[in-house]
Order: sequence, then structure tokens, then C-alpha cells
Amino acid sequence: MTDSRHKTEKPQPPFPAELKALGSQILGSEKTGDGHHEMLVDRSRILEVLRTVKEDPAIHCDLLVDICGVDWPDRDDRFEVVYHLAALETGLRLRIRVPLKEEDPTMPSAFGLWKGANWFEREAWDLFGIHFEGHPNLKRLLTHEAFDGHPLRKDYEPGRRCLLTEDEIMTPEWARENPTDNDQFETHILNLGPSHPATHGVLRTVVQLEGEVIRRAECEIGYLHRCFEKMVESQGWNQVIPYTDRLNYCSSMINSVGYALAVEKLLDVEAPPRAQILRLILSEFSRIMDHAVCLGANLVDLGAVTGSRYFFQVREEIYGLLESCSGARLTVSYARIGGLSHDVPENFSSQVRVLLDTIPGFIDDVEKLVTRNTIFRDRTEGVGVISGAEALAWGWTGPCLRASGIPYDVRKASPYLGYENIEFDVPVATTGDCYARYLVRMEEMRQSLHIIRQAIDSIPGGPVMIDDPHIAPPEKSKAYNEMESMIRHFKLLNDGIQVPAGNGYGFTEGANGELGYYLVSNGGGKPYRIKVRPPCFAIYQAYPHLLEGQMVSDAIAILGSLNIIAGELDR
Amino acid sequence: MPQPDGSSIVLTTRVQAMLGWVRKNSLWPLPFGTGCCAVEFNSSVSSHYDLARFGAEVVRFSPRQSDMMIVAGTITDKMGPVVKRVYDQMAEPKYVIAMGACACSGGFYRAYHVMQGIDELIPVDVYVAGCPPTPEALIHGILELQEMIQRGKTHHDRLKTQDRKATTALPG
Ligand code: SF4
Repeated sequence: MTDSRHKTEKPQPPFPAELKALGSQILGSEKTGDGHHEMLVDRSRILEVLRTVKEDPAIHCDLLVDICGVDWPDRDDRFEVVYHLAALETGLRLRIRVPLKEEDPTMPSAFGLWKGANWFEREAWDLFGIHFEGHPNLKRLLTHEAFDGHPLRKDYEPGRRCLLTEDEIMTPEWARENPTDNDQFETHILNLGPSHPATHGVLRTVVQLEGEVIRRAECEIGYLHRCFEKMVESQGWNQVIPYTDRLNYCSSMINSVGYALAVEKLLDVEAPPRAQILRLILSEFSRIMDHAVCLGANLVDLGAVTGSRYFFQVREEIYGLLESCSGARLTVSYARIGGLSHDVPENFSSQVRVLLDTIPGFIDDVEKLVTRNTIFRDRTEGVGVISGAEALAWGWTGPCLRASGIPYDVRKASPYLGYENIEFDVPVATTGDCYARYLVRMEEMRQSLHIIRQAIDSIPGGPVMIDDPHIAPPEKSKAYNEMESMIRHFKLLNDGIQVPAGNGYGFTEGANGELGYYLVSNGGGKPYRIKVRPPCFAIYQAYPHLLEGQMVSDAIAILGSLNIIAGELDR
Repeated sequence: MPQPDGSSIVLTTRVQAMLGWVRKNSLWPLPFGTGCCAVEFNSSVSSHYDLARFGAEVVRFSPRQSDMMIVAGTITDKMGPVVKRVYDQMAEPKYVIAMGACACSGGFYRAYHVMQGIDELIPVDVYVAGCPPTPEALIHGILELQEMIQRGKTHHDRLKTQDRKATTALPG
């Protein structure tokens, strides 16, 4: 197994001496193996540590990646809050764990340091019942108002439901008050969604209007909360893959590849080169599909229906390729831990080359129709502006962050799948408005094609699945004819892949930004906890603030430009 | 109906059959798309599969204007009351297609926040299997519904027969 060990891991910056001075218990990065420095901090000191981590110029973690809870009913300290932080400049990655007692699961909120903590903390409250003191609006986020209990606690029955009736549907408190002041006679409350053509599935925003200008807004999410994180705790590690495919269903391949990579990190193995490059090609095609949906939907919302038809045709063309590889169009379930479920068809390269020739035509068509179209520019330029610093404070990543001038891309910052051997540009815009986000996505589609063009010439031969009997099932002919293989097959399929106890965070560049999986294993065939860090979760929490002061019709333009996918947002 | 030779012919049919024929060929879908299935619904109405060929392309997001609700995607407990309200707002006759495993039965989400099939809330005429169903499967489902409308076998028709029976059974 030695030859399949990680070779591509970038050297992690050394542990900052300033943090050692804080005197917390430091678990070295060697222990985690996922390129993170890990610390265990007592809750009484957590704010101090977080502040140092953010403000000390030598550390300067400007991105709050994720906050999540973990439940350990057998431990003295039942709960654990886990922070993931990143410094974009140095590439430093930190994980801070804070144990909490069952009787008193409270801790200070990090909202004052990073605005992005807002929803992550609300989620931890909702799902684990961890109370964050000083949080501005600590209430349920994903589950509904009538929900009872905290479902991700281990003692919560996965199937126990609480029903919601119509009168209990959430209305924010400020929306319930009747404006009595005469000056406010024109103020009224408007409800957008969750069943609204421009809310792309199931998003809901309540806005307060003064004339046509939005004065205040609040989002409600969770309408597609399908309990991903609870469901996967009862599945084997490989069985999680169909679930990951349904997170961001517009680009399912990226999710499952990201998940497989994260588990492989935990197992300390690497898929064979052929599988890696095929994963890369299909991920880039998925990125194109995702951007096509995002831009297409954005255009429809702004009245440019034709553009979306061209973009949906792009998807149809790519579906053909995915279907020939995996048998499914949308939710492909093609990646496996350790490689791919099976090899691609013989004519794969020629199919890809056909796509490489046809897709630019569609992009050009839309480019000609839209990019310099006056109506489109009037509707998007200067609308929904966010500065780079602000976006980062909210935890934005991906194309939306790059449209605000910060060139952070996981594919460049910590390359995986061999992105380090491929030459491509990271498009960046500076204005941070809807138009910039459109331009960035358009260019990213072209860059993806450019990446595929290089990769397609260098697909090596060989297997697409790792040669490790503890991970890959033996070939069928062997399983039928050889005793040992049969036993292995039986054991692997019954008990699942055994992942050594430990934790790890794996992250890749999803279509919307950094897609991370925080995995905790207790050494069994099933995950103990999987936390997804969905990119659009962080992005969408800033939406109400983008709306304030904008016209109500701009709300639609802004929403479309952010590309919020409910499956990933609500999980 | 006047014929070229001056004679005229008469076409006889039952009002019901006539109505069914008219209705089945002018379905206006209300896509209630929540999850991944909604993306496949979009594919079905896009140029490649072109639902317009079957007289069901006028997608309307207003329940008042549509008569075929296509629930595409997982319905959670939080979303349940919304589905119900939108369904109630549609005018009769109205039909429901449950698209995909989630809408049919909750799919592989047997969990605390997911409705185990939308028939917990509203009556369903056609269940389309798949996760997600291909556009072909959805189109097949719609054709199936058209057939049911023609033959008077939809939930709406059943309700009406029940009503009629109930009224005739009234004393006096
Ligand atoms: S049936 Fe499958 S594809 Fe459709 S919404 Fe459910 S999980 Fe997604």
C-alpha cells in the first residue's frame, strides 16, 4: 500500500508560535494527516484564541470555513464544537475543537469576529442544541418551527417526525408588527417564496418594502432539509455516495469526488492515476453544467428566456457523456472510495472531443446575445455589490468571491486530482456585482474546457480502482471462483470499508466554492459524523444584507447570480 | 358538419368524452419543483425533449392558472403546508403527478424531516418512479394521465361520481 500514499500534499505552513503561546493543548498536524493544525481549547478561552487567530498578523485566518457540532454521548464532555479556519494568504489551515458538558452546552458566539458564523452557529443550535451566547438571532434554521428536540444528537431516533401545521409557518417578528407610525404608510411586507418561480426551488425571503425599496429582509431556509447528515450515519462509507450526489444536484460528480477524496485522505490512500484524471475531466464537465444552470436561470429571471435554452442544451450534451459512463444523467453515483465504480466506455475520448467542439458554440451564442445587451447590463451592473473583504467576512468562496476581487480557488491553493500539472487561469472580476458574477462564470466555463482539453491527452492506462482488498471489492470472476476472494467480497460488502478512528477535513472546489467534508470515524464501517460545508450556505446568509436598499425586482437578479442550490444549502 | 358535396354529417359523442378530450390535450403544468427532480423537469420542457409536443408546455407558476401539478422533488415537513395550500388554490378539475421516488414515497430519505410521499397530504393521480425519473419517464407519466383523463379515471372524476351518488341518495 506504500505506493498509494499521498504524495501531492502541499507542505503545510509551520504551526504559528503565537498560538503555542496561548497555552492551549495542541494536537500536532501530524496526527490529523489532512493538512490541518489541530487544537483543543477550553471554552473559557475560545474567544481569546479565535481573536488571536484572526487578528494576529502572523496567523491571520481571514476565512471562517465551518462551525459544526459533534455528539459523543459516552464521553464526559458530551458535545464538541469544531471550528475550521483558513488563512488564504499563507494557506494555513486550523481546526479548533471545544469540548462542552452535557448539562451546560453553551459557548460564546464568534459572530463578532466573522459574520459568517451566523448561520453555522444557528445550525449547531438547531441540530445539536448548542447555545451560542451573544448570537444576534439564535433560532431554528433547518428544521421547522414546531420541531421538538435536536435531531443530530445520537439519541434522537432518525425517523421521529414532528408535524407542522399551516398557522405555524414562520413570520419574522418584525414582520408581524403593524407599522402605526404615519410616516410609514407605504411600508409593507412581501413574502417571496418558497413556491415562487424565481426562488429556484425552495428558498423563502420575507422583505419589508418602502415603496419599491427593500428596507429589511430575512431568509428562511430548510425547506429541503432532507436530513443528509443523519441518514449517512446509518450507511456504510461507500453507500454515502448516492446521498452526496444529491447535495448539489446540478453538478453531482463534483460532490461525490470531493467526498471520495476526503475519505481517501482519512484512509491515507490515493486512487490510481487513471481514475484521478477521469474524475478531473468529469468534474470539470459538471462545473460547466452547474454554471450553465446558474446563468440560464439567472437569465430567465431577467426575461432572457432564449439564453437558458442554449444553456440547457449544453447540459443535454454533457448528460450524454455522463450517461454513457455511469448509466445515469443527473445523479451519477460514479465515484467510489478508491477510484471509480467502473471504467469509462471505449469511445470516451472521442465523445469528449466532440463535446469540446460543440460546447464553445453554445457559450458563444449566449455571449453574443447577452454580454453586451443593454437591458441585461442595466439590470445587473451595480446591483448586489459586495466588496471582497465583506464577502470574505461572510465566508464566501468560489465564483462569487472571485467576482469581488479575491482570487481564491481551491484548485490552485491546495491542488488535488492533479490540477497542479494543468495550466489554467482563475478569472477574477473586481466590481462584485451581479454582472461581475456573470462574467466570472462565463469565463470559468471556458477555462474548464481548457482544462479538459489538456487532460484528455494525458489519460493513462491502468485500472480505475485501487488495488487494496480492504477498499475495492474483488473482480466478479474471482469472487465466484476463488475462496479467498469470495470471503473478502462478502466481508467488504457486509461490513463496509473500515476507516480507522480519527477525523479529517477534505475540501475541493465545488461549482459554488469550497465544498468541504468534515469526517469523523470511530473506527467502524459507518461514518460517525459527516459534516458538509456547503459553499452556498455561507453565501446565502449574506443575501438579506445584499438586499437592503435595493429595489424589489433586483432581489431576483441578485438571487440568480448567487446560484443557491437548495439541496446543498439545506442538505 | 357540412361536407364538400353539400350533405352534412353529425358526429355524436358524450359530453364527458368531449370534455376529457379537450382537457387532456391542454394541460397546463404547475411545476412544484423542490429537489433534484426539478432539474429533470426543466430538461423535459427544454428544447431537447420538448413537452410541447404533448400539449402540456404552458408552464404556469400560479396555481390559479394551471391544472396539472407536478411535484418534482422531496417534500419536507416544513414544505408540506405550502404544498397543501398551493394544491387547494388550484381550480377544479386538477390533477397531480408525483415525480420521483421522493414525491412518491420519501425516497431514500427515511428521516425526521421528510414527508414519506406527498399522498400524505394531497391525492395523487400518477406516480412516476425514478431517482430522478428521466424526461422520457415523466412524459410517459403525462401520457398516462391524459389517458386517465380521457377515460374518466382520475381522482377528480372519482370525487365527482361520489358526489353524484351522495346527492342522488339524499332523501326527498
Ligand atoms: S427522487 Fe431522487 S432525484 Fe428526485 S428529488 Fe428525490 S432524491 Fe432527488
